[in-house]
Amino acid sequence: MTDREPGQPRLAVIGAGPAGLAAAIAAAARGVRVTLLDSAAEAGGQFYRQPAAELRARRPQALHHEWRTWERLRDGLDAHVRAGAVRHLTDHHVWLVERRADGRFTVHALLGPEQEDPAEVCADAVLLATGGYEKVLPFPGWTLPGVITAGGAQAMLKGTLATAGRRAVVAGTGPLLLPVATGLASAGVEVAALVESAGPRAFAGRARALAAQPGKVAEGARYGARLLRHRVRLLARHTVVEAHGADRLEAVTVAALDGAGRVRPGTGRRIPCDTLAVGHGMLPHTDLAETLGCRLDGHAVHVDDEQRTDVPGVWAAGEATGIGGAALSLAEGHIAGRSAAARLRGARPEPAEWAAAARTRTRLRAFFAALDSVYAPPAHWAEQVTDDTVVCRCEEVTGGAIRAAVAELGAGDARTVKLLTRAGMGWCQGRVCGPGVAGLAGCELTPSRRPFARPVPLGVLAAAGEDD
Amino acid sequence: MNVGLTCDVVVVGAGMVGAACALYAARAGLDVILVDRGPVAGGTTGAGEGNLLVSDKEPGPELDLALLSGRLWGELAREFGAAIEYEAKGGVVVASSPGGLAALERFAEGQRAAGVVAEPVAGDTLYDLEPHLAPGLPGGVHYPQDRQVMPALAAAHLTRASGARLLTGRTVTAVLRTRDGAVRGVRTDRGDIHAPAIVNAAGTWGGELAALAGAHLPVLPRRGFVLVTEPLPPRKVRHKVYAADYVADVASDSAALQTSPVVEGTAAGPILIGASRERVGFDRTFSLPVVRALAAGATRLFPFLTDVRAMRSYLGFRPYMPDHLPAIGPDPRVPGLHHACGHEGAGIGLATGTGHLIAQALTAPGKTPDLDLTPFRPDRFTEEAA
Ligand SMILES: Cc1cc2nc3c(=O)[nH]c(=O)nc-3n(C[C@H](O)[C@H](O)[C@H](O)COP(=O)(O)OP(=O)(O)OC[C@H]3O[C@@H](n4cnc5c(N)ncnc54)[C@H](O)[C@@H]3O)c2cc1C
Ligand SMILES: Cc1cc2nc3c(=O)[nH]c(=O)nc-3n(C[C@H](O)[C@H](O)[C@H](O)COP(=O)(O)OP(=O)(O)OC[C@H]3O[C@@H](n4cnc5c(N)ncnc54)[C@H](O)[C@@H]3O)c2cc1C
Repeated sequence: MTDREPGQPRLAVIGAGPAGLAAAIAAAARGVRVTLLDSAAEAGGQFYRQPAAELRARRPQALHHEWRTWERLRDGLDAHVRAGAVRHLTDHHVWLVERRADGRFTVHALLGPEQEDPAEVCADAVLLATGGYEKVLPFPGWTLPGVITAGGAQAMLKGTLATAGRRAVVAGTGPLLLPVATGLASAGVEVAALVESAGPRAFAGRARALAAQPGKVAEGARYGARLLRHRVRLLARHTVVEAHGADRLEAVTVAALDGAGRVRPGTGRRIPCDTLAVGHGMLPHTDLAETLGCRLDGHAVHVDDEQRTDVPGVWAAGEATGIGGAALSLAEGHIAGRSAAARLRGARPEPAEWAAAARTRTRLRAFFAALDSVYAPPAHWAEQVTDDTVVCRCEEVTGGAIRAAVAELGAGDARTVKLLTRAGMGWCQGRVCGPGVAGLAGCELTPSRRPFARPVPLGVLAAAGEDD
Repeated sequence: MNVGLTCDVVVVGAGMVGAACALYAARAGLDVILVDRGPVAGGTTGAGEGNLLVSDKEPGPELDLALLSGRLWGELAREFGAAIEYEAKGGVVVASSPGGLAALERFAEGQRAAGVVAEPVAGDTLYDLEPHLAPGLPGGVHYPQDRQVMPALAAAHLTRASGARLLTGRTVTAVLRTRDGAVRGVRTDRGDIHAPAIVNAAGTWGGELAALAGAHLPVLPRRGFVLVTEPLPPRKVRHKVYAADYVADVASDSAALQTSPVVEGTAAGPILIGASRERVGFDRTFSLPVVRALAAGATRLFPFLTDVRAMRSYLGFRPYMPDHLPAIGPDPRVPGLHHACGHEGAGIGLATGTGHLIAQALTAPGKTPDLDLTPFRPDRFTEEAA
């Protein structure tokens, strides 16, 4: 399909979360024709989409501020869509962005929940706003039904969980656990404990960086107050050592951690529960960027001050460039949209015009760097993983098999562990087990190359981008 | 570990070829150290496929080496079997036109004379062998001697079984030589290793290693992409199946892209579709046109694959030599230096024969080896003015 028209330059924005929305609106307002693609059925991304459904039902006081921001973005998007400046393609799963020989781009997507039929979008430039995904580390029992990710718990609030009157434990590490715990609690779930491996003293050490963020501290305090109100017990410097249950989750054992990040012997206690929401932070989605050849900084897409990647014509914004919350994603998206608009129209962007967003970006990046050093999984979490714990669920690879590959077969990096054990070769392509496998193998988690961001039918692949 | 290590032979490169050299040398009684700058199978061995083919080889030295290697793989299978996912499943080469079938049958006749089992299969029998092939194909040839292993597992298990000292994460930075030029060991970034013999099993980087010893060896990268599908129920694709034009691709000297894919099932369930061949240096950029061509070739052979999903694709760089033959044996220019590299797209299959011949050269230099090494002489290339 060809949709090339002379005149206005075209920008494809992938991801309709805070970053993608801010970018699409900023670019459309400056004379660029934007195609906004997202795999979800609605705009909003992780933050605005999921709590929004809950908000519509309940509108808790504490989230009104975010709700207004979301309304502004949604109205802005609607106005540009009505004016024909933005085409919003929902249910478009992008599996590949192709940089063509002429320097332009073809975005390859699969339609609908089935992801069988293809769609292609041509553009002069692309903006990757694909956000991040949750990181979960393994522990004995983590594959039992009833153990879900923190984000998964948030999503379930929309469904039956809220009415089921369950008992949940929220565990792991990171700033996401607080909103998840309070979200569950305010939806009527009994939250038996919030188990956070970071200790209160770690925060004290970072007091200055955190104190420079009145808004964020206030947000934290709000969540703290809500935890209290719902009588959620906060177990700092604790970890879940095992989940128990015959066919599904019945209880967890939690234990205290010592200063070195090891479980303190004799501190284990059993907490009955039917839901365990775990999360150990987030990792950026970098598949599309990597296949385009964009440089990564660690796990995030590398960008310059204008949010440009090192591949000409490719911008990136939001959590794809580093985990940092919704407000940072908004600021980056705004800058990226303005920069792309200017450059696509052949003008030099004027950074002074986005100085406020740039200040927000600087401040929030510093804040999240500080948070990052506070929230960390226990240093010796891997010791808790028994040899018979399944670490890679898709391929059913155990902790013992991974250890043997390293100790006996000469695997020295995550890739060889994967080759020798099949860990990470299954349906999720290591997105779930990657951090666990690397940790058990005692090597760095390196971003693994996944040329396809989604599995793609061979028939679609065989015809992709073919000129006719 | 700065104290110098000593042994009978240092094998550089813990890929499939280095692992086989270590195994056969150790079993011939030598004290072996195997070094690699990365982990085991971290080079091309971990980035290719494990077809052990005789079907794609025309009569000549490479086929002779493949037949020898096949026998040795059969022996190793008794020892390692399932651990290395060895499967003697056979290959089926299909022709897409009556003319193509005639050419294929002539090719097979030559192979039979050289000792290959090659059974013509006409129309119906073809579908008995591979029920899901595209309808209307005129026929093909069945090669029962084609087999497969999982290369990384094979390299790891042969290495372990060899009992050789394995030093991973060590880069060889120099070849140590005596005043009269003979090898006396290697220098690594973590200390020297002393030995009167070195085996260059550095694969695609074998030219660089040879250069450290002052010898010219033109090993070039030839890129290949492989497609991996979602896991499928067993026996959807029963043999290694490819179209007859694959053989022409393999033997091609052209730098341009060739992509007639081999389609094969694996023990773990996914189907592998590979591999393309093109000479583009060490370029790791994903190429949609290449991968698209692989998908198109595979779906032409097996229409049911149209709805099967590709999970991922990966690429590797075959160690390519200008005349498509590896360098195997002692280097007359540098006493003590042995080469075992440059196997291009067949290094997994040819590893056992290579290891066996290297062990013979190391332990009985005067004796006639089981296969004439003359075609594989490492000094057969003249140094072109660069
Ligand atoms: C449970 C939970 C609670 C949170 N609570 C807070 C909070 O209280 N305060 C706060 O500041 N932040 C919070 N966050 C974080 C916040 O959601 C993120 O910081 C923010 O959403 C990031 O915005 P983004 O635009 O970068 O990415 P996202 O919001 O993740 O949006 C990315 C979008 O890209 C789409 N996408 C990705 N890949 C593809 C593809 N290949 N094809 C098509 N579409 C694709 C996704 O569907 C998604 O809609 C929370 C997150 C979670 C999960
Ligand atoms: C896509 C693709 C498909 C393929 N399919 C098949 C197939 O089906 N069947 C088949 O038989 N073959 C196949 N091959 C070819 C096969 O993979 C190679 O021929 C084989 O892996 C070569 O093995 P090797 O041990 O010589 O090299 P490698 O596996 O590359 O090992 C060389 C090792 O040397 C190490 N090294 C290099 N320099 C140094 C140094 N200075 N110091 C220390 N260590 C060093 C490297 O780290 C590396 O681990 C395929 C190849 C590709 C790319």
